[in-house]
Amino acid sequence: MSLGTATRAAYQRRTLRPAGSSFELWSWYFFRVSGVFLLVLAFGHLLIVHIVNNVDVINYEFVAQRWQTIGWRMYDWLLLALAIVHGQNGLRILIDDYVHPRAWRALAHTANWVFLIFFLALGTLTIVSFPFMPGARPG
Amino acid sequence: MLSYRGREGYWAWLLHRVSGVAIVLFLFLHILDTCLIGFGPIAYETFVSLYRVPVFRVLEVALSGAVLYHGLNGLRIIAIDFIDNATRIQRQLWFAVWASFLVLFLPAAFFMLRPVFFPNLGLIR
Repeated sequence: MSLGTATRAAYQRRTLRPAGSSFELWSWYFFRVSGVFLLVLAFGHLLIVHIVNNVDVINYEFVAQRWQTIGWRMYDWLLLALAIVHGQNGLRILIDDYVHPRAWRALAHTANWVFLIFFLALGTLTIVSFPFMPGARPG
Repeated sequence: MLSYRGREGYWAWLLHRVSGVAIVLFLFLHILDTCLIGFGPIAYETFVSLYRVPVFRVLEVALSGAVLYHGLNGLRIIAIDFIDNATRIQRQLWFAVWASFLVLFLPAAFFMLRPVFFPNLGLIR
């Protein structure tokens, strides 16, 4: 299907990047840059957990063994951090689009930021503190 | 008059949102289950044994599909945003997303489900 002249002109006039707010511009770039990294990290994670291995063999020993290597802990932390920020950014946009009453909107945005901080902190703590936890033993 | 709703770009956009929400909700759960690792084998495995139940294996395949679609359509969005005139072929790019999706997803689904539903299929013993 060929586009009409008017549609084509509208495409060319259109500014793709958000204008007027530097936060939204940063958010827009972050989505795309983190997306490319996540494509590699998340597809890699799925390949390791579900194809090369599978959930029958992924147990405590598997993770403990893997986290002996600083490289895998860095991999997992990078995946965690990029995914949770990318996801929170997405939820923020959904709240903007779908939650209209002022009070609900404020509540939803607040909850979304609290979730980000809580889950990023919990995930980071899990990866960083693992060797020092009482329950941890080498795989 | 350009109709957007119901066309390829609309479905690409809608599925991107739905898959994104599914992934981020699982991510919350996944951070919670992984935090049990510091409390030792019993705590961790009590929870993750849930992921070995057949129903969950199917849900894991669905979630992997969501991740694959979200990632591949994300590349399509990046192409539209950064490559001149890619908007003009967004429909072809949408078909390319699904072609790559099927090439990656079908073998992945097979390997993920084989241990549960057909343990000997394709294996020489």
